[in-house]
Amino acid sequence: MKQILVLIPAFNEEKSLTKVVQGVRENLPDADLLVVNDGSRDKTAGVARQLGVTVVSHPWNMGYGTAVQTGYKYARDKGYDFLVQIDADGQHDPASIVDLLKPVRTGEADFALGSRFLGKGDYRPSWPRRLGMGLFRKLVSVIIRQPISDSTSGFQAFNSRVVAFLTGDLFPCDYPDADLIILLHRARFRIVERPVRMYASHTGQSMHNGLKPLYYFFKMSLSIGVTLLRSKRHIQGGPS
Amino acid sequence: MTHNQKIFALLVCLAVFLLTVEMVRSRRLREEYSVLWLTTSVLMFILVLRYEWLMALTRLIGAVLPTTTVFLGAVLFLLLIAVQFSIKLSRLTDQVKNLAQENALLKTEVERLKYDGTPNT
Repeated sequence: MKQILVLIPAFNEEKSLTKVVQGVRENLPDADLLVVNDGSRDKTAGVARQLGVTVVSHPWNMGYGTAVQTGYKYARDKGYDFLVQIDADGQHDPASIVDLLKPVRTGEADFALGSRFLGKGDYRPSWPRRLGMGLFRKLVSVIIRQPISDSTSGFQAFNSRVVAFLTGDLFPCDYPDADLIILLHRARFRIVERPVRMYASHTGQSMHNGLKPLYYFFKMSLSIGVTLLRSKRHIQGGPS
Repeated sequence: MTHNQKIFALLVCLAVFLLTVEMVRSRRLREEYSVLWLTTSVLMFILVLRYEWLMALTRLIGAVLPTTTVFLGAVLFLLLIAVQFSIKLSRLTDQVKNLAQENALLKTEVERLKYDGTPNT
């Protein structure tokens, strides 16, 4: 029986991917690895294949949310029990994987969120990003009545029920973070936060350029609003 | 409304109606997108023939001139068309995303079968 899949969504990450894969293998030697190559223009897919990692390549760049959902669909189809999601740009420290996965493996939670603010690291976001993160962090904490310190973290662990739920149409493919946590809460999944180490990303392309932060703010506010407006019947798939 | 104005308006309505039907016939336009165009051209046709109905409608919405009613109708029509296209585009975007994901997953499976001879189950 397959146990753990480590999902690495990647877009133009040929420089940092090797280190991330090696780090994951050192910390979680029994896990299978999957790189979802989101239409990279560099040799990301080739680098991953040379490392012996399974690669699923999108025909064109479809964005981070769609890339991770492709990974969820792969994990669901192959019947994995647990899934860990880690960025390919080296921002997430693979040494934190075991601690992040622990509450999900022991059954304490269905979904574990890695928090850069509970752990150690040199991550220092810019002030507009800090402002947005702070606002949505507060909003999520109030709505789910549980303290969340890092609602925008992409370093996450899931059990198979959450993975199956996220392959559906309700998954917010456009920047899934704060709204995803609220969606999972409304679907009655148990959520925990664990400290992880994160670093500033030195490669790849940030989504926080130009007018994108404004769109992010608008989209996230709307997405949270409509998630709250959806009836319980609409949000099906969670534990009963 | 003068006779010339009436004839011109009727010809425009007829042209829109016939053009829409022709595009559906030649499969350049799907039936689902022709509904609004056909309905609007028929409504306009009726209002031109029954000018007193247009006047009544003008009084009903509180407008002064019937041209205002027609103008508002045109704006409403364009708005409905835009909403219909937005809904359709959203659905198509989701369908294309799902298809691309399925395609990527199947391609990985095919490559694995080609090189290993065993499916990854």
